[in-house]
Amino acid sequence: MYEFSYHRPASVAEAAALITRAVDGKFVAGGQTLLPTMKHRLASPSDMIDLGGIAELEGIVVNGNIVTIGAMTAHADVAASTEVREAIPALAALAGNIGDPAVRNRGTLGGSIANNDPAADYPAAVIALGATVRTNQREIAGEDFFTGMFETALEEDELIVAVDFPRPEAAAYMKFENPASRYAIVGVFVARTAPGPRVAVTGATACAHRAHRLEEALQGACNAAALDDFRAPVERMNADIHASAEYRAHLVKVMAQRAVAACV
Amino acid sequence: MLTINLAVNGQPVSGEVEARTLLVDFLREQLRLTGTHVGCDTSQCGACVVMIDGKSVKACTMLAAMADGAEVTTIEGLANGAELHPMQQAFMDHHGLQCGFCTPGMVMSGLDMVNRHGNDLDDATVRRELNGNICRCTGYQNIVKAIRTGAKAMEE
Repeated sequence: MYEFSYHRPASVAEAAALITRAVDGKFVAGGQTLLPTMKHRLASPSDMIDLGGIAELEGIVVNGNIVTIGAMTAHADVAASTEVREAIPALAALAGNIGDPAVRNRGTLGGSIANNDPAADYPAAVIALGATVRTNQREIAGEDFFTGMFETALEEDELIVAVDFPRPEAAAYMKFENPASRYAIVGVFVARTAPGPRVAVTGATACAHRAHRLEEALQGACNAAALDDFRAPVERMNADIHASAEYRAHLVKVMAQRAVAACV
Repeated sequence: MLTINLAVNGQPVSGEVEARTLLVDFLREQLRLTGTHVGCDTSQCGACVVMIDGKSVKACTMLAAMADGAEVTTIEGLANGAELHPMQQAFMDHHGLQCGFCTPGMVMSGLDMVNRHGNDLDDATVRRELNGNICRCTGYQNIVKAIRTGAKAMEE
Protein backbone atom coordinates (compact mmCIF):
# COMPACT_ATOMS: atom_id res chain seq x y z
CA MET A 1 0.00 0.00 0.00
CA TYR A 2 1.28 3.47 -0.86
CA GLU A 3 1.33 6.14 1.82
CA PHE A 4 -1.66 8.39 2.39
CA SER A 5 -3.01 10.77 5.00
CA TYR A 6 -5.72 9.41 7.26
CA HIS A 7 -8.66 11.45 8.52
CA ARG A 8 -11.53 10.48 10.77
CA PRO A 9 -14.17 13.22 10.68
CA ALA A 10 -17.03 13.26 13.19
CA SER A 11 -19.68 14.76 10.90
CA VAL A 12 -20.82 14.70 7.28
CA ALA A 13 -19.99 18.40 6.95
CA GLU A 14 -16.43 17.79 8.14
CA ALA A 15 -16.03 14.84 5.77
CA ALA A 16 -17.23 16.94 2.84
CA ALA A 17 -14.77 19.70 3.72
CA LEU A 18 -11.89 17.20 3.94
CA ILE A 19 -12.57 15.66 0.52
CA THR A 20 -12.71 19.10 -1.10
CA ARG A 21 -9.28 19.98 0.30
CA ALA A 22 -7.64 16.66 -0.64
CA VAL A 23 -5.63 16.28 -3.87
CA ASP A 24 -7.02 12.82 -4.55
CA GLY A 25 -9.19 11.97 -1.59
CA LYS A 26 -11.26 8.88 -1.10
CA PHE A 27 -14.01 8.14 1.39
CA VAL A 28 -13.64 4.77 3.11
CA ALA A 29 -16.63 3.06 4.69
CA GLY A 30 -15.90 -0.48 5.89
CA GLY A 31 -12.85 -0.76 3.64
CA GLN A 32 -13.58 -4.37 2.67
CA THR A 33 -13.00 -3.58 -1.01
CA LEU A 34 -10.94 -0.40 -0.87
CA LEU A 35 -8.19 -1.77 1.39
CA PRO A 36 -7.58 -4.90 -0.74
CA THR A 37 -7.59 -2.65 -3.83
CA MET A 38 -4.98 -0.40 -2.23
CA LYS A 39 -2.85 -3.40 -1.24
CA HIS A 40 -2.80 -4.34 -4.91
CA ARG A 41 -1.85 -0.73 -5.67
CA LEU A 42 -4.86 -0.45 -7.94
CA ALA A 43 -5.90 2.57 -5.88
CA SER A 44 -3.58 5.06 -4.21
CA PRO A 45 -5.53 7.97 -2.77
CA SER A 46 -3.60 10.90 -1.27
CA ASP A 47 -6.09 11.10 1.58
CA MET A 48 -8.33 8.51 3.13
CA ILE A 49 -11.38 9.93 4.84
CA ASP A 50 -12.75 7.31 7.21
CA LEU A 51 -16.51 7.61 7.69
CA GLY A 52 -16.45 5.20 10.66
CA GLY A 53 -16.65 7.98 13.23
CA ILE A 54 -19.82 9.63 11.90
CA ALA A 55 -22.72 8.47 14.05
CA GLU A 56 -25.37 10.16 11.88
CA LEU A 57 -24.58 7.77 9.00
CA GLU A 58 -25.48 4.66 10.94
CA GLY A 59 -28.77 3.05 11.85
CA ILE A 60 -32.09 1.73 10.61
CA VAL A 61 -35.39 3.61 10.87
CA VAL A 62 -38.81 2.49 9.65
CA ASN A 63 -41.26 5.29 8.90
CA GLY A 64 -44.57 4.08 7.50
CA ASN A 65 -43.71 2.15 4.35
CA ILE A 66 -40.14 3.40 4.07
CA VAL A 67 -37.16 1.58 5.56
CA THR A 68 -34.24 4.00 5.85
CA ILE A 69 -30.81 2.47 6.26
CA GLY A 70 -27.84 4.69 7.05
CA ALA A 71 -24.94 4.43 4.62
CA MET A 72 -22.53 3.19 7.30
CA THR A 73 -24.81 0.42 8.55
CA ALA A 74 -22.93 -2.90 8.39
CA HIS A 75 -24.32 -5.84 6.41
CA ALA A 76 -24.49 -7.87 9.65
CA ASP A 77 -26.70 -5.20 11.26
CA VAL A 78 -29.08 -5.12 8.30
CA ALA A 79 -29.24 -8.94 8.31
CA ALA A 80 -30.00 -9.04 12.04
CA SER A 81 -32.42 -6.09 12.14
CA THR A 82 -35.90 -7.11 13.28
CA GLU A 83 -37.32 -4.06 11.48
CA VAL A 84 -35.77 -5.01 8.13
CA ARG A 85 -36.62 -8.69 8.57
CA GLU A 86 -40.23 -7.74 9.17
CA ALA A 87 -40.58 -5.08 6.44
CA ILE A 88 -38.36 -6.43 3.65
CA PRO A 89 -37.13 -9.92 4.57
CA ALA A 90 -35.49 -10.35 1.17
CA LEU A 91 -33.23 -7.37 1.91
CA ALA A 92 -32.18 -8.78 5.29
CA ALA A 93 -31.48 -12.13 3.64
CA LEU A 94 -29.43 -10.49 0.90
CA ALA A 95 -27.31 -8.63 3.48
CA GLY A 96 -26.79 -11.84 5.45
CA ASN A 97 -25.36 -13.57 2.42
CA ILE A 98 -22.71 -11.06 1.38
CA GLY A 99 -19.13 -12.28 1.73
CA ASP A 100 -18.53 -13.97 5.10
CA PRO A 101 -19.39 -13.12 8.73
CA ALA A 102 -16.27 -11.04 9.43
CA VAL A 103 -16.67 -9.12 6.18
CA ARG A 104 -20.32 -8.48 7.01
CA ASN A 105 -19.28 -6.95 10.34
CA ARG A 106 -17.26 -4.27 8.51
CA GLY A 107 -18.78 -3.93 5.04
CA THR A 108 -21.53 -1.33 4.67
CA LEU A 109 -24.50 -0.54 2.44
CA GLY A 110 -23.06 2.82 1.38
CA GLY A 111 -19.66 1.35 0.62
CA SER A 112 -21.16 -1.41 -1.48
CA ILE A 113 -23.30 0.80 -3.69
CA ALA A 114 -20.69 3.57 -4.01
CA ASN A 115 -18.18 0.98 -5.22
CA ASN A 116 -20.72 -0.56 -7.64
CA ASP A 117 -18.89 -3.79 -8.27
CA PRO A 118 -20.58 -5.47 -11.26
CA ALA A 119 -21.21 -8.55 -9.10
CA ALA A 120 -22.31 -6.83 -5.88
CA ASP A 121 -25.63 -7.80 -4.30
CA TYR A 122 -26.99 -4.53 -2.87
CA PRO A 123 -27.31 -2.68 -6.22
CA ALA A 124 -29.90 -5.22 -7.37
CA ALA A 125 -32.02 -4.51 -4.27
CA VAL A 126 -31.67 -0.73 -4.61
CA ILE A 127 -32.91 -0.87 -8.22
CA ALA A 128 -35.64 -3.50 -7.90
CA LEU A 129 -37.13 -2.04 -4.74
CA GLY A 130 -37.20 1.44 -6.29
CA ALA A 131 -35.06 2.83 -3.48
CA THR A 132 -33.86 6.41 -3.24
CA VAL A 133 -30.20 7.15 -2.52
CA ARG A 134 -29.87 10.22 -0.32
CA THR A 135 -26.56 12.06 -0.43
CA ASN A 136 -25.27 15.16 1.31
CA GLN A 137 -26.32 17.11 -1.79
CA ARG A 138 -29.47 15.55 -3.29
CA GLU A 139 -31.66 12.50 -3.79
CA ILE A 140 -30.96 10.05 -6.61
CA ALA A 141 -33.41 7.39 -7.82
CA GLY A 142 -31.87 3.94 -7.33
CA GLU A 143 -32.42 3.19 -10.99
CA ASP A 144 -30.31 6.19 -12.07
CA PHE A 145 -27.57 5.66 -9.50
CA PHE A 146 -25.56 2.86 -11.13
CA THR A 147 -24.10 4.16 -14.39
CA GLY A 148 -21.39 1.67 -15.38
CA MET A 149 -18.77 -0.76 -14.15
CA PHE A 150 -17.57 0.71 -10.81
CA GLU A 151 -19.25 3.98 -11.82
CA THR A 152 -22.13 5.78 -10.18
CA ALA A 153 -24.00 9.08 -10.44
CA LEU A 154 -22.05 10.37 -7.41
CA GLU A 155 -19.91 13.48 -7.88
CA GLU A 156 -16.30 13.29 -6.66
CA ASP A 157 -17.07 15.07 -3.41
CA GLU A 158 -20.54 13.62 -2.86
CA LEU A 159 -21.31 11.37 0.07
CA ILE A 160 -24.14 8.86 0.52
CA VAL A 161 -26.02 9.53 3.74
CA ALA A 162 -28.76 6.87 3.63
CA VAL A 163 -30.93 4.79 1.34
CA ASP A 164 -34.74 4.80 1.54
CA PHE A 165 -36.27 1.45 0.63
CA PRO A 166 -40.04 1.39 0.03
CA ARG A 167 -41.67 -1.74 1.44
CA PRO A 168 -42.80 -4.01 -1.43
CA GLU A 169 -45.78 -6.38 -1.36
CA ALA A 170 -43.25 -9.19 -1.57
CA ALA A 171 -39.66 -9.59 -2.72
CA ALA A 172 -37.01 -12.24 -3.23
CA TYR A 173 -33.35 -12.30 -4.23
CA MET A 174 -31.65 -15.32 -5.72
CA LYS A 175 -27.99 -15.48 -6.56
CA PHE A 176 -25.77 -18.06 -8.09
CA GLU A 177 -22.68 -17.30 -6.10
CA ASN A 178 -19.01 -17.75 -6.72
CA PRO A 179 -18.16 -20.32 -4.03
CA ALA A 180 -14.87 -18.59 -3.16
CA SER A 181 -15.82 -14.92 -3.06
CA ARG A 182 -19.60 -15.25 -2.53
CA TYR A 183 -20.04 -12.54 -5.14
CA ALA A 184 -22.96 -13.07 -7.50
CA ILE A 185 -22.05 -14.73 -10.78
CA VAL A 186 -25.63 -13.77 -11.51
CA GLY A 187 -28.17 -12.42 -9.02
CA VAL A 188 -31.80 -11.48 -9.67
CA PHE A 189 -33.94 -9.39 -7.33
CA VAL A 190 -37.71 -9.45 -7.88
CA ALA A 191 -40.13 -7.13 -6.08
CA ARG A 192 -43.90 -7.21 -6.34
CA THR A 193 -45.17 -3.64 -6.05
CA ALA A 194 -48.59 -2.04 -6.57
CA PRO A 195 -47.80 -0.79 -10.11
CA GLY A 196 -46.38 -4.21 -11.09
CA PRO A 197 -43.33 -6.43 -10.75
CA ARG A 198 -39.88 -4.82 -10.68
CA VAL A 199 -36.78 -6.85 -11.53
CA ALA A 200 -33.06 -6.08 -11.32
CA VAL A 201 -30.13 -8.22 -12.41
CA THR A 202 -26.58 -8.09 -11.05
CA GLY A 203 -23.40 -9.95 -12.00
CA ALA A 204 -24.51 -10.47 -15.58
CA THR A 205 -23.49 -7.23 -17.27
CA ALA A 206 -21.27 -4.17 -16.68
CA CYS A 207 -23.30 -3.28 -13.62
CA ALA A 208 -26.63 -4.02 -12.00
CA HIS A 209 -29.56 -2.83 -14.09
CA ARG A 210 -33.32 -2.86 -14.19
CA ALA A 211 -34.52 -5.75 -16.33
CA HIS A 212 -37.44 -4.29 -18.30
CA ARG A 213 -37.86 -7.34 -20.53
CA LEU A 214 -38.20 -9.64 -17.52
CA GLU A 215 -40.74 -7.25 -16.03
CA GLU A 216 -42.76 -7.25 -19.27
CA ALA A 217 -42.74 -11.04 -19.35
CA LEU A 218 -44.14 -11.03 -15.80
CA GLN A 219 -46.85 -8.42 -16.44
CA GLY A 220 -49.56 -10.99 -17.17
CA ALA A 221 -48.91 -13.70 -14.64
CA CYS A 222 -46.12 -13.16 -12.12
CA ASN A 223 -44.96 -16.76 -11.91
CA ALA A 224 -41.92 -18.78 -12.95
CA ALA A 225 -43.68 -20.38 -15.93
CA ALA A 226 -44.15 -16.93 -17.46
CA LEU A 227 -40.38 -16.88 -18.04
CA ASP A 228 -40.13 -20.29 -19.73
CA ASP A 229 -39.49 -18.70 -23.12
CA PHE A 230 -37.30 -15.88 -21.82
CA ARG A 231 -33.84 -15.52 -23.38
CA ALA A 232 -31.32 -13.05 -21.95
CA PRO A 233 -29.16 -11.35 -24.63
CA VAL A 234 -25.85 -13.27 -24.70
CA GLU A 235 -23.98 -10.43 -26.42
CA ARG A 236 -24.47 -8.14 -23.39
CA MET A 237 -23.30 -10.67 -20.78
CA ASN A 238 -19.98 -10.59 -18.93
CA ALA A 239 -17.60 -13.45 -19.60
CA ASP A 240 -14.65 -14.37 -17.35
CA ILE A 241 -12.92 -17.40 -15.85
CA HIS A 242 -15.94 -18.04 -13.63
CA ALA A 243 -18.66 -18.17 -16.28
CA SER A 244 -19.09 -17.68 -20.04
CA ALA A 245 -21.57 -15.23 -21.52
CA GLU A 246 -23.83 -18.10 -22.59
CA TYR A 247 -23.80 -19.54 -19.07
CA ARG A 248 -24.59 -16.18 -17.50
CA ALA A 249 -27.48 -15.65 -19.93
CA HIS A 250 -28.85 -19.02 -18.87
CA LEU A 251 -28.39 -18.14 -15.18
CA VAL A 252 -30.35 -14.89 -15.60
CA LYS A 253 -33.40 -16.90 -16.59
CA VAL A 254 -32.95 -19.56 -13.92
CA MET A 255 -32.29 -17.10 -11.09
CA ALA A 256 -35.23 -14.96 -12.24
CA GLN A 257 -37.52 -17.97 -12.19
CA ARG A 258 -36.33 -18.99 -8.73
CA ALA A 259 -36.75 -15.43 -7.43
CA VAL A 260 -40.26 -15.14 -8.88
CA ALA A 261 -41.20 -18.49 -7.36
CA ALA A 262 -39.86 -17.37 -3.95
CA CYS A 263 -41.55 -13.97 -4.20
CA VAL A 264 -44.77 -14.74 -2.38
CA MET B 1 2.80 8.98 12.22
CA LEU B 2 -0.48 8.66 14.06
CA THR B 3 -0.95 7.94 17.75
CA ILE B 4 -3.62 5.37 18.52
CA ASN B 5 -5.06 4.40 21.88
CA LEU B 6 -7.00 1.20 22.25
CA ALA B 7 -7.60 -1.69 24.62
CA VAL B 8 -6.05 -5.00 23.65
CA ASN B 9 -7.10 -8.02 25.68
CA GLY B 10 -8.29 -5.74 28.43
CA GLN B 11 -5.08 -3.74 28.68
CA PRO B 12 -4.82 -0.11 27.55
CA VAL B 13 -2.31 0.19 24.73
CA SER B 14 -1.02 3.13 22.74
CA GLY B 15 1.17 3.08 19.70
CA GLU B 16 2.62 5.10 16.85
CA VAL B 17 1.55 3.84 13.46
CA GLU B 18 1.70 4.90 9.85
CA ALA B 19 -1.70 5.59 8.31
CA ARG B 20 -1.24 2.51 6.12
CA THR B 21 -0.31 0.14 8.96
CA LEU B 22 -2.74 -2.77 9.02
CA LEU B 23 -4.24 -3.74 12.36
CA VAL B 24 -2.76 -7.23 12.05
CA ASP B 25 0.75 -5.81 11.55
CA PHE B 26 0.34 -3.53 14.55
CA LEU B 27 -0.73 -6.48 16.70
CA ARG B 28 2.02 -8.78 15.49
CA GLU B 29 4.98 -6.49 15.00
CA GLN B 30 4.51 -3.77 17.59
CA LEU B 31 2.65 -5.60 20.33
CA ARG B 32 4.33 -8.94 19.49
CA LEU B 33 0.98 -10.70 19.72
CA THR B 34 1.87 -13.20 17.04
CA GLY B 35 -1.04 -15.55 17.67
CA THR B 36 -3.06 -13.63 15.09
CA HIS B 37 -1.81 -14.99 11.77
CA VAL B 38 -1.56 -13.65 8.25
CA GLY B 39 -2.50 -16.41 5.85
CA CYS B 40 -3.58 -14.77 2.62
CA ASP B 41 -3.50 -11.02 3.32
CA THR B 42 -6.47 -10.72 0.93
CA SER B 43 -9.36 -11.18 3.41
CA GLN B 44 -10.12 -14.70 2.19
CA CYS B 45 -8.62 -17.08 4.75
CA GLY B 46 -9.66 -15.81 8.18
CA ALA B 47 -6.39 -16.66 10.00
CA CYS B 48 -6.28 -13.03 11.16
CA VAL B 49 -9.76 -12.83 12.71
CA VAL B 50 -9.88 -10.83 15.95
CA MET B 51 -12.76 -9.34 17.90
CA ILE B 52 -13.29 -5.59 17.67
CA ASP B 53 -15.84 -4.37 20.20
CA GLY B 54 -17.19 -7.91 20.37
CA LYS B 55 -17.48 -8.53 16.62
CA SER B 56 -15.27 -10.67 14.40
CA VAL B 57 -13.14 -8.72 11.95
CA LYS B 58 -10.36 -9.65 9.55
CA ALA B 59 -7.40 -7.76 10.99
CA CYS B 60 -5.63 -7.78 7.60
CA THR B 61 -8.47 -5.71 6.15
CA MET B 62 -8.62 -2.95 8.73
CA LEU B 63 -6.17 -0.16 9.38
CA ALA B 64 -4.65 0.09 12.86
CA ALA B 65 -5.83 3.71 12.81
CA MET B 66 -9.42 2.52 12.40
CA ALA B 67 -9.12 0.63 15.70
CA ASP B 68 -8.33 3.80 17.64
CA GLY B 69 -10.59 3.76 20.72
CA ALA B 70 -11.71 0.18 20.16
CA GLU B 71 -11.56 -2.88 22.36
CA VAL B 72 -9.62 -5.62 20.62
CA THR B 73 -9.51 -9.24 21.69
CA THR B 74 -6.95 -11.56 20.15
CA ILE B 75 -6.38 -15.28 20.65
CA GLU B 76 -3.91 -14.37 23.43
CA GLY B 77 -6.72 -12.78 25.42
CA LEU B 78 -8.84 -15.91 25.79
CA ALA B 79 -7.04 -18.21 28.22
CA ASN B 80 -7.18 -17.59 31.94
CA GLY B 81 -3.55 -18.15 32.87
CA ALA B 82 -2.79 -21.81 32.22
CA GLU B 83 -6.46 -22.63 31.87
CA LEU B 84 -7.57 -22.64 28.25
CA HIS B 85 -10.79 -20.98 27.15
CA PRO B 86 -13.50 -23.65 26.59
CA MET B 87 -13.35 -23.03 22.84
CA GLN B 88 -9.56 -23.54 22.82
CA GLN B 89 -9.92 -26.63 24.99
CA ALA B 90 -12.49 -28.07 22.58
CA PHE B 91 -10.08 -27.64 19.65
CA MET B 92 -7.47 -29.52 21.68
CA ASP B 93 -9.85 -32.28 22.78
CA HIS B 94 -11.22 -32.87 19.28
CA HIS B 95 -7.94 -32.30 17.50
CA GLY B 96 -9.56 -29.55 15.46
CA LEU B 97 -6.34 -28.81 13.65
CA GLN B 98 -3.37 -30.29 11.90
CA CYS B 99 -0.74 -27.65 11.18
CA GLY B 100 -2.55 -25.15 13.42
CA PHE B 101 -1.99 -22.10 11.26
CA CYS B 102 -5.70 -21.36 10.78
CA THR B 103 -6.63 -22.25 14.36
CA PRO B 104 -6.53 -18.80 16.00
CA GLY B 105 -8.98 -17.49 13.40
CA MET B 106 -11.17 -20.58 13.69
CA VAL B 107 -11.39 -20.13 17.47
CA MET B 108 -12.26 -16.43 17.17
CA SER B 109 -14.90 -17.15 14.52
CA GLY B 110 -16.30 -19.87 16.78
CA LEU B 111 -16.73 -17.30 19.54
CA ASP B 112 -18.47 -14.96 17.10
CA MET B 113 -20.90 -17.77 16.23
CA VAL B 114 -21.75 -18.24 19.90
CA ASN B 115 -22.34 -14.49 20.26
CA ARG B 116 -24.86 -14.47 17.43
CA HIS B 117 -26.38 -17.95 17.45
CA GLY B 118 -26.07 -19.09 21.06
CA ASN B 119 -24.54 -22.24 22.53
CA ASP B 120 -26.54 -24.82 20.60
CA LEU B 121 -24.95 -24.84 17.18
CA ASP B 122 -25.82 -27.42 14.55
CA ASP B 123 -23.46 -28.66 11.85
CA ALA B 124 -25.10 -26.66 9.07
CA THR B 125 -24.82 -23.37 10.99
CA VAL B 126 -21.16 -23.93 11.85
CA ARG B 127 -20.28 -24.87 8.28
CA ARG B 128 -22.12 -21.88 6.83
CA GLU B 129 -20.53 -19.55 9.38
CA LEU B 130 -17.08 -20.85 8.49
CA ASN B 131 -17.41 -19.35 5.00
CA GLY B 132 -14.62 -16.93 5.74
CA ASN B 133 -12.18 -19.31 7.45
CA ILE B 134 -10.08 -21.62 5.34
CA CYS B 135 -8.24 -24.70 6.60
CA ARG B 136 -6.05 -26.47 4.06
CA CYS B 137 -5.29 -29.53 6.19
CA THR B 138 -8.25 -31.00 7.92
CA GLY B 139 -11.39 -31.17 5.82
CA TYR B 140 -13.16 -29.34 8.67
CA GLN B 141 -14.76 -32.38 10.36
CA ASN B 142 -12.99 -31.92 13.68
CA ILE B 143 -13.15 -28.14 13.48
CA VAL B 144 -16.94 -28.32 13.27
CA LYS B 145 -17.00 -30.80 16.13
CA ALA B 146 -14.69 -28.59 18.22
CA ILE B 147 -16.76 -25.45 17.68
CA ARG B 148 -20.00 -27.22 18.57
CA THR B 149 -18.46 -28.68 21.72
CA GLY B 150 -16.74 -25.44 22.66
CA ALA B 151 -19.98 -23.51 22.24
CA LYS B 152 -21.76 -25.95 24.51
CA ALA B 153 -18.96 -25.86 27.09
CA MET B 154 -19.15 -22.06 27.22
CA GLU B 155 -22.67 -22.37 28.59
CA GLU B 156 -21.43 -24.19 31.68
